[in-house]
Amino acid sequence: MQRRVFYWFLSGFLATAMAGASAGAQDLKSFEQRITTKVLPNGLTLVICERPDAPVFSFSTFIDAGDVNDPSGQSGLAHMFEHLAFKGTSQIGTKDYAAEKVALENVEVANNAYEAEYLKAVGRDEKKLADLKAAVKAAETAAHQFVVPNQFTDVAERNGASGVNAYTALDETVYFWSMPENRLELWAWLESGRLSDAVPREFYKERDVVLEERRMRTDSDPQGRLVEQFLATAYVAHNYGRSGIGWPSEVSQITATEAMDFHKKYYVGSNIVVAVVGDVKASEALPLLEKYFSRVPAGPKPEEMTTVEPKQFAEKTVIVRDATQPMYLEGYHRPDYRDPDDAVYDAISDILSNGRVSRLYRSLVRDKQIAVEVSGFSPFPGDKYPGLYCFYAIPAQDHTTAEIRDAIHAEIEKLKSADVSDDELAMFKTRTRADLLRGLADNQGLANTLAEYQTRFGDWRELFRQLDKVDKVTKPDIRRVANQVFQSSNRTSAWVETVAPAATAQKDGGAQ
Amino acid sequence: MKSAIVKSLLGVSLSVAVLCASAVLNAQQNKPWEQIPTPKLHEFKPQQPKRIQLKNGIVVFLQEDHELPFVSGSVLIPSGSRDEDAAKTGLVELYGQAWRTSGTAKMNGDALDDLLESKAAHIETGAGEDSTSVSWDSLKADADQVFSLALDLFLHPKFSAEKLSLAQQAISAGIVRRNDDEDGIAGRESAKLVYGPNSPYTRQPELATIGAVTVKDLEAWHQRTIGGKLIVSISGDFDPAAMEAKLRAAFEGLPAVKAEPARHETFPGPKPGVAFIDKEDVNQSNIQIVGLGTDRHNPDVPTLAVMNEILGGGFASRLFQKVRTEQGLAYEVGGGLGFGYDHPAAFRVVALTKSASTVDATKSALAEIAGLTSRPFTEEELARAKDNILNSFLFRYDTRDKVLAERVRLEFYGYPADYLETFRAALEKVTVDGLNAAAKKYIHPDKLAVLVVGNGPEIKPSLDELKLGPVTPVDITIPMPGAKPGAGEKK
Repeated sequence: MQRRVFYWFLSGFLATAMAGASAGAQDLKSFEQRITTKVLPNGLTLVICERPDAPVFSFSTFIDAGDVNDPSGQSGLAHMFEHLAFKGTSQIGTKDYAAEKVALENVEVANNAYEAEYLKAVGRDEKKLADLKAAVKAAETAAHQFVVPNQFTDVAERNGASGVNAYTALDETVYFWSMPENRLELWAWLESGRLSDAVPREFYKERDVVLEERRMRTDSDPQGRLVEQFLATAYVAHNYGRSGIGWPSEVSQITATEAMDFHKKYYVGSNIVVAVVGDVKASEALPLLEKYFSRVPAGPKPEEMTTVEPKQFAEKTVIVRDATQPMYLEGYHRPDYRDPDDAVYDAISDILSNGRVSRLYRSLVRDKQIAVEVSGFSPFPGDKYPGLYCFYAIPAQDHTTAEIRDAIHAEIEKLKSADVSDDELAMFKTRTRADLLRGLADNQGLANTLAEYQTRFGDWRELFRQLDKVDKVTKPDIRRVANQVFQSSNRTSAWVETVAPAATAQKDGGAQ
Repeated sequence: MKSAIVKSLLGVSLSVAVLCASAVLNAQQNKPWEQIPTPKLHEFKPQQPKRIQLKNGIVVFLQEDHELPFVSGSVLIPSGSRDEDAAKTGLVELYGQAWRTSGTAKMNGDALDDLLESKAAHIETGAGEDSTSVSWDSLKADADQVFSLALDLFLHPKFSAEKLSLAQQAISAGIVRRNDDEDGIAGRESAKLVYGPNSPYTRQPELATIGAVTVKDLEAWHQRTIGGKLIVSISGDFDPAAMEAKLRAAFEGLPAVKAEPARHETFPGPKPGVAFIDKEDVNQSNIQIVGLGTDRHNPDVPTLAVMNEILGGGFASRLFQKVRTEQGLAYEVGGGLGFGYDHPAAFRVVALTKSASTVDATKSALAEIAGLTSRPFTEEELARAKDNILNSFLFRYDTRDKVLAERVRLEFYGYPADYLETFRAALEKVTVDGLNAAAKKYIHPDKLAVLVVGNGPEIKPSLDELKLGPVTPVDITIPMPGAKPGAGEKK
């Protein structure tokens, strides 16, 4: 329900999403002993990590599909399905599923009739449209009488579930919560149920809820508006340029049938990893989890998308004239997470932007005093496909985004023309190692990370092996990559120019 | 745990019986999840930290945790922004930043940054409403050195004008931007409705008050507060005997702590009515319905916690069910009656809805609040709320760091160490009658204020339709020093 949209921006000094690295053979060995992996006959992968400190466990269900997979004209679909996954199954959330199924089919028929009339380019009959709308409402009311609202989440919460939530990113959809360990079987029943037996219950009301979520995160938030325009400009072909939560006209017309089709295609065993971390014994838990998660349908791994963002050759700029204070954002296309230089990008982020020792902080905030916050981070908005290396800054009072831009470019030039110091490189490696270790102390964080690495690399061990790549980063690597990527022709920049409120009055015309 | 589980099972089966008797349509044919066994929870005794009271009154907590090779610690110092001079509002926030960035006579803040970051270690200072702190963490191998540096920073800071100026710039940037963020405006201005605009809990830093703060002010604040009743806490991979000796050597020589004077504050609560802040660049209204809450010394708090769960706690709460699930009017909706540790928190219900449904959503939320006194609580609601709270109770102490943080909190506010256990026992005893009585005692819809931040022209029907009296506009113009009134101000 929560989305991980732009969480990069929430904190100035946050490490990047994939910045994890290893802690040496000893630690990998200790994890080898505590982690059990099993691929079920339907292709679903289970990862169990024993951490019996307290009688609780956390899980992470990682679906290798997100809003980047939304079909054309249906932006926001993956996220809509995520909301649906909290509405129950044929066994929970219903008073009489056989009758409810018929009623839900009637809702679809009514909605299709309404949509057909609504989309008529010529000769739309407004009276008929109103009648069809009323028919949809009537069908929804008829279906609603079979619903036990929120029963799925209610049963979870009554049994001690804590932090019940999910997020849909462009690359993936992730469901998670924590529970007392004696509810493991109940959780397995609930979780495997919604993966295999989703029901398009109360879909259209939930669509209204998601539209409210869009208003909150994007329309009514200056940063949300800037980022949406920035990405839509930086990408010309790939879906990373499309609004992740969805364009209003498209989200508002997604149907339950479309959401169920998405589920059928992407929620197959081979596309799902479930990680469990906490007070569980693999020997006891595995047979139980196997029994429940075998219910998830087998299916081929969905085909990979063909679109590859073409090489950018024209520098692009976006100016948002808004009645808000200035912000600055720029991005350069970079390869995806599998690129051999992935760790080099992490080194660049660490040296440029991690903490008060970083080059950007010292130059823009401490010395020039033109910014109060500045960061360099990648990849954005996703890592599975080629993303962007981004810079983001908030100018100090009475300083301009142009000053910010020039100062960032000066730092980029330094990176391109001279080697970083030995101390800077060593600091990156030390901090990466320590951050990885710190991340191991939290059940939920560890479950999410294990599921992510298992999905992205086919082996959770890559979490630790990444240290080898980090250790191999050299000073010339950093210069080479900086020269490769930080080219003006590869750049999109976006900023807010502050204008008085009245001047923006017309910009909303026709937006809804 | 066992008793809670038994109770929860009883609760569920009871509710089934009630449903079957009342209406056939409500009956669910079977509930397969109820057939799934719930084994006895593994035995669990959370590890309590060792508490040591030094001769001078300083309290030390040691929490061992050898899972990972790190040691972290903190010194918590009473007094915070609520105790600062109103004319220098923001002083404590500046102090929290500049203390660390300035560093000490031996090592300035920049050199400290270089040294610590090369070891992936941290020392930070922080400031809040009622306290300030120094905290640190490092790999075990660097723990001694990092502790010495943190102690030096605690005892011998050398505040620098340059770093104060940097902090002033950072806070100023926040001030001129504070009206860009709808949620920020709503939270801040609704709190002012509850506590008053000049209350120590809500007054806000302005460019003038930030600009008035000098290095001398920071030094004076430091001298005044570090003699308070400090709480030192350490957690991680250390030897307890050696650590205790080291902490005694560091802290036991300090003068006897001075007790904080008792606070004498009055909290009249909001003036009922509707307040409105127009923000033209949004298409969603942020609705805040606020009143005065209570504090945790109040014996009714366990009952109120259950009431909150029913009103706006989880997915099954009245607000979520009505405004989100049934009406589809909001993504974010919830709230309840807050309880502070040493002063009343706010009663707050929040809903975010598109401009056009502002009145509908406000009415719905108000009706759910009023319903607490007019729609009697049911045994089923009680059972559900208790299950929700009690079955997830162990997440309050499922890590050693959480146990430590809770003990420090209780020590700081003067609550007994077994507060959580007492609280839990009281939660189990809450009854429907108790809930109904508490709602009558604490829920007064006529004493609540409504604040809406939203796009005025888009809000149709208008807020007048709430029929809660005239709508009062709130001026949130940011005062710019040197500007003539009305000119050059940031809207």
